[in-house]
Amino acid sequence: MAVTTSPERDIVATPMQRATREALYAGAIALGLFVLFIGLRTDQNISNELILVQRWWLLAVVVVLTMAGRFLYVAYGQPFLANQKIVDVATGLLPESMAARFFRLPYFIAAIVTVAVLVFLAGSLDGLLGPGLAGYARFLRALAIIYALASVMFYFRTFIHAHFSALGITALALYPIIVVLVLALYGGSVAAGFQGSLKWVDNYGIQILIYVMLAWGLNIVVGLAGLLDLGYVAFYAVGAYAYALLGTQYGLSFWILLPAAGAMAAFWGVLLGFPVLRLRGDYLAIVTLAFGEIIRLVLINWREVTNGSAGISGIPKVTFFGLMTFNVSDPNYVAKVLDIATSSAYYKIFLYYLILGLCLLTAFVTIRLRRMPVGRAWEALREDEIACRSLGINTTTTKLTAFATGAMFGGFAGSFFAARQGFVSPESFIFLESAIILAIVVLGGMGSLVGIAVAAMVMIGGTEVLRELDFLKQVFGPDFTPELYRMLLFGMAMVIVMLWKPRGFVGSREPTAFLKESRAVSGSFTKEGHG
Amino acid sequence: MMAGTTLLDIKGVQTYYGNIRALNGVDVTVKQGEIVALIGANGAGKSTLMMTIFGAPRARAGTITFAGTDITQLPTHEIARMRIAQSPEGRRIFPRMTVMENLQMGASLDNLKHYDEDVEKVFTLFPRLKERITQRGGTLSGGEQQMLSIGRALMARPKLLLLDEPSLGLAPLIVKQIFDAIRELNRTQGLTVFLVEQNAFGALKLATRGYVMVNGNVTMSGTGKELLADPDVRAAYLEGGHH
Repeated sequence: MAVTTSPERDIVATPMQRATREALYAGAIALGLFVLFIGLRTDQNISNELILVQRWWLLAVVVVLTMAGRFLYVAYGQPFLANQKIVDVATGLLPESMAARFFRLPYFIAAIVTVAVLVFLAGSLDGLLGPGLAGYARFLRALAIIYALASVMFYFRTFIHAHFSALGITALALYPIIVVLVLALYGGSVAAGFQGSLKWVDNYGIQILIYVMLAWGLNIVVGLAGLLDLGYVAFYAVGAYAYALLGTQYGLSFWILLPAAGAMAAFWGVLLGFPVLRLRGDYLAIVTLAFGEIIRLVLINWREVTNGSAGISGIPKVTFFGLMTFNVSDPNYVAKVLDIATSSAYYKIFLYYLILGLCLLTAFVTIRLRRMPVGRAWEALREDEIACRSLGINTTTTKLTAFATGAMFGGFAGSFFAARQGFVSPESFIFLESAIILAIVVLGGMGSLVGIAVAAMVMIGGTEVLRELDFLKQVFGPDFTPELYRMLLFGMAMVIVMLWKPRGFVGSREPTAFLKESRAVSGSFTKEGHG
Repeated sequence: MMAGTTLLDIKGVQTYYGNIRALNGVDVTVKQGEIVALIGANGAGKSTLMMTIFGAPRARAGTITFAGTDITQLPTHEIARMRIAQSPEGRRIFPRMTVMENLQMGASLDNLKHYDEDVEKVFTLFPRLKERITQRGGTLSGGEQQMLSIGRALMARPKLLLLDEPSLGLAPLIVKQIFDAIRELNRTQGLTVFLVEQNAFGALKLATRGYVMVNGNVTMSGTGKELLADPDVRAAYLEGGHH
């Protein structure tokens, strides 16, 4: 990390001198790195000619910021961290000494008061402060809410740690209800509550849970069986198109097509599995990557069936187990049957519970399989293929079942995706999706369901939050679109997590065989290079 | 099966790595209840023979018969299912799995039928492992890993135990413990053992019979005592080295 300096010089140099020197190095490196990326930019002028735009001022700002950051870090950050030991080895979180300084009762009260005042003034904020400052106020309110929630979590940390899964599932199950209730109170009517919940349930809830499910599915292939699959999105695509085509062409119900889509994806998983049985590591990664691209290109070019890049639209909605529908024109429309006000939020809330159910199914199956011979064989396969064979494990079937099971969950998620969107096109199944899903698995900690769920929440939720940061437009100008920086967020998160916890958020692996009592072994025992 | 019948019969086996011949027609037999040692220098083809028995690499000529069944063409896992267990070269324990999980993997051939009983047996044989139950395989010491590797092989209730260099890289005291354990298994349970060793002295002292391998050929065979006394063997493998 640190720019290396010879030890003799370090002894003589005071921290300030060292910081200055390192800041100069960092500035030089930043200058060299960014001179072409930031200093120059190609653009088109009015007559469509390519011209070079010089942005030296921006380059200067970046270099100066880098230098300042490095200076502050070496002069103040490093000495502070050296006596704090920022990472708690056991949990990988902030040590309590730091957290206790950050979460204090007066701060908590201040945060609550801020939230209360800003919520109370919500309607009149624009009038009071003008649209510019109101943006900042709303951001402040969001920060205060997050801080207050974090404080509560910190206060109850031992309880939360002990009952994490149960609390998590309960929170997820109650999430739409809480959202509707809060927004109903806030907006003053139940209808407003439902209407306002659309964004929270759909953009955050469903979106995140789809990725949780995909990442859990991929976790079976990558995390448990150790087969690096870069083309996972192909199975997602197979599931989505299976439902889209069979649903629109034959009018079959989602409930029939969901297992069918899973079976079809599993079939393709086996089909991919056969040729790559002998491959491992990088070679396997390349072939699976190619497989993902093949599926996408077939979807684009097989126009007679898939309608090419235009995609398939008008995909039927999921019905409420065939009893009620979510089509307003249908006589069995849910609002008519139950005699309540019409709202599109019902469908989203129903979809939320559907994907939550599918996620829990994935988790349940994964947990159960890990304790069964096939799951144990997957993990042994990840560890040592040759040892597996000499223990009488058929590695062919073991790999194929891993591919098939992982693909099946991808297929489920795909058909759900098609039902939710009502439209599929090959554009949704690009390599970047595979990369994101894999990044979530790696960030969360391969093999750890909780870690992966948290990673999905942070990464996908984080990119959604970027859409909310409108006030940044006031800082960087109206052309600034925070969403475009989501990949930067991904990259930063990966670098930070990999520096901090090289095995992901949850690096420890829960053993499945015990003599008498169960005990998780800390991730620090499981670093690479010991076997 | 009564003592003295041939359990493993290797006849004229030739194995190639690409076009390079590693074994030039090797004949080895292992009888029920024996400990057979195969000694030889680095690169003599000892481990290749061990791996050929397990079908990877496959023998290009010759036959390997186990308990009357030709296993030359069987896939590795099918060979293992004949109840041949192996502690392979480099031990190959599962590094991120705990000691218990490693043992459990070994028992998968037996469908975990005698799991609890066999785990106890392994722990009686290697009490060190019992202290390490919840520890990851990769964090064990070399000797403990070797014990785990043998213990894992035993969990499958094998008819024949193949050991590839169990003493490799271990302290003399640990080597003695492991050899003692092998002798104990053979004496009390009648387990047939075929081991490959560079530590010729220890292996031949332990073995009922031994074979000497040079450049892919078996050049000498006899009882352990005979080989230990043989001047050529002494000159090539024993003198100047051990004891």
